Amino acid sequence: MVAILTESNCIELKNITKTFGSVVANNNVNLTIQNGEIHALLGENGSGKTTLMNMLSGIYSPNSGEIKILGEVVNGSSPREFINMGIGMIHQHFKLVDVMSAKENIVLGQPGSIYLNARKMSREISELSEKFELNVNPDKKIYQMSVSEKQNVEILKVLFRGAKVLILDEPTAVLTPQETKKLFKILKNMKENGCSVIIITHKLNEVMEISDRVTVLRKGESIATLNTNETTAKELTELMVGRPIDLSIERKQVNKGKKLLKINQLTVLNEEKIKALNNVSFEVFEGEILGVAGIAGSGQKELCEAITGMQKVKSGHMTFKEENLIGKSPRDIFKMGISMSFIPEDRLGMGLVASMNMIDNVILKSYQKQKGFYLNRKPARMLSEKLIDGLEIKTPGVHHPVRLLSGGNVQKVLLGREIESNPELLITAYPVRGLDINASYKIYDLLNEQKEKGVGILFVGEDLDVLLEISDRIMVLCEGRVVGIVEAKEANKEMIGYMMTGGDMHESI
Amino acid sequence: MEFLTHDFIPYFILAVGYGIPILYGTLGGILAEKAGNINLGIEGMMLMGAAAGFLVSLSTENVIYGLLAAVLAGGFGALIYAFLTVSLKANQIVTGLALTIFGAGMTKFLLNLNKEVVRIPNSVQKSLKPILSDVLGIEGLEHSIFKIFDLSILVYLAFLIAIVLHFYLNHTRYGLNLRAVGENLAAADAAGINVNLYKYVHVVLGGALCGLGGAYLSMYYIPIKTEDVVHGNGWIAVALVIFVSWKPLRAIIGSLLFGALSLLGKSLQTGVSLSPYLLDMLPFIVTILVLIITSVQMSKENAQPRSCGLNFDREER
Repeated sequence: MVAILTESNCIELKNITKTFGSVVANNNVNLTIQNGEIHALLGENGSGKTTLMNMLSGIYSPNSGEIKILGEVVNGSSPREFINMGIGMIHQHFKLVDVMSAKENIVLGQPGSIYLNARKMSREISELSEKFELNVNPDKKIYQMSVSEKQNVEILKVLFRGAKVLILDEPTAVLTPQETKKLFKILKNMKENGCSVIIITHKLNEVMEISDRVTVLRKGESIATLNTNETTAKELTELMVGRPIDLSIERKQVNKGKKLLKINQLTVLNEEKIKALNNVSFEVFEGEILGVAGIAGSGQKELCEAITGMQKVKSGHMTFKEENLIGKSPRDIFKMGISMSFIPEDRLGMGLVASMNMIDNVILKSYQKQKGFYLNRKPARMLSEKLIDGLEIKTPGVHHPVRLLSGGNVQKVLLGREIESNPELLITAYPVRGLDINASYKIYDLLNEQKEKGVGILFVGEDLDVLLEISDRIMVLCEGRVVGIVEAKEANKEMIGYMMTGGDMHESI
Repeated sequence: MEFLTHDFIPYFILAVGYGIPILYGTLGGILAEKAGNINLGIEGMMLMGAAAGFLVSLSTENVIYGLLAAVLAGGFGALIYAFLTVSLKANQIVTGLALTIFGAGMTKFLLNLNKEVVRIPNSVQKSLKPILSDVLGIEGLEHSIFKIFDLSILVYLAFLIAIVLHFYLNHTRYGLNLRAVGENLAAADAAGINVNLYKYVHVVLGGALCGLGGAYLSMYYIPIKTEDVVHGNGWIAVALVIFVSWKPLRAIIGSLLFGALSLLGKSLQTGVSLSPYLLDMLPFIVTILVLIITSVQMSKENAQPRSCGLNFDREER
């Protein structure tokens, strides 16, 4: 695994430009990666980090510019060539075949004997897995794996190909804090083995923690490359955003209004007929943000979908301003005149229609208000244009399919549309997942604005720091049960973390 | 024993006769779908293979040339399909349907049908099914239980191909790569697999198999010039690909089952006062039932390769 190198730079990217139609994703980007370093690539969403790395792994080919690997100019553009040159990329959306086992995914596309010796494959992969402490079971199917296991398979896949340079695209986005710690240990381990690591991220604390050097990208251009120990999080933020930015989230003081949503003893079964929610009871008032904390899969999804009428309820009561919600479909709820907005976790799958443009997506929310056969698109177009201006949505135009927008902009389209329908209750699940600082703070501001208007907000979150800062109260879920509901002002991270694992809140204090 | 030699074996041999063209078509369909291409042109490719095999063996009186022509014709049909769907990224469903219509038209044009009855020389048919006793040099086998092996060479070839395909798909590196292409184009591409090459090769091989299925019909089973010798077998194969969960070994059993059903339809025609057309529909009705049953209990690993119907464009976002 130790690379024999004469040059001190293993990768040089010079004046790389890449366009998609009229969108310039990368403009004259320069990047140098040294041997045996961990190099962070920092930038906001849509700043061209992933595009750049896709060119370094042969998925895209640049319009102009030069890619040099180990001093050699690379001309071709297929993943095969880059794999052969020792570059391995771990994509944010894993490139794994679900129905295959770990070992099959790992040997995929590799040269070698025609006949595949299953036992030998398992042994080789187990050995490599142990060497890097990755804990991969070679015979487990991908679809049975957790996200972090899948990531380890991806890492092993790259190592199996003898990669000397490892590129990871937002590797921690889906990991728990403990899993992130483990990943960083693996990366450091690899560095010691002579590999170079490029890590794409927008999380500053991760840059500070793990990288040796950091390159900041902004709007498709490389702004600066710095030694991590000579810079600060504040300086990096300014470089990334282009202006100074305040990193604290405000908790607006709003007088709690009337009771909006009352849930009593709610029980919901999931597809496997297991209780996803078990006797859940809580209330949401006007003008408050109720944060929901919990380990992924503790019933958050089912809770949101039960309230919005998408999930069947087994038992319990659920009222909105004294009106019964049980057994009502989303359309019934709309017809009852209840204005409820749901911003789901899966924005492009459930929130918006990915291949439709902004106007059509806006109409989806409002078409029921229009009478007759013919759809008038004009109000929707005007609203779309208003959203683009008001929320600073970066898009070539209202006719551009939303799937081509970056994550932050997609979320702005969705949130903007929902807010425009003047909801009384706003339910949002992981609203800043995958978003950069700038977009995240824009979302927090929008939520606070709604709270000031008297909207009740159910905020399902994962970042405990954010939940503690923005929520008024925090409800902690564990395995479908409510462990407790605490005032955010009086809570701390350790206490919430303890409750998330099912611990009683009083014991921790 | 009496039951075996007098009832079961003749019935079995007839069922195999009906089932083999379906087996060829199914294996061809499996290959294409494992590469992520739904090819609804199986019927068309079988027709092209049938016509080419018939005409070439008619004029050359050579069985090898005939089979070769059928393989090439089926492969050629698949090549058109591959060019349209892989290189030009045309819709797979529409292209497949067009291929079937094209194959039917082409066949009629080439065969130049008229009232005259044209038959392939007996020698061709005989070399496709040598008499068992002659091959082994043992007398009287056709009256014993060994009669069950009294089948055409093309039957054994089909079974052999199914077994080879099973091994290829599940135990070789190329098979693994092929399955990856069929399941997840982006993952296969990122792993350095030449996606388009894999699609071309396997779609064309699949077409060649369909061509062989056609040849079985026109050169051996009904060696007379007819307009539609394939008669819907290609469509049953399309459904059978799903019924057998894209598994070549199951395809053997599935095709024999459908062969037996077709036979049942035919033999009932003599005893029952039902319309023969109604009984002809039997395999198709069963096909629909099968599709209903299998779509209800489809497990993740027995499901259709997931990139089926999708065309590959690396830079698409």
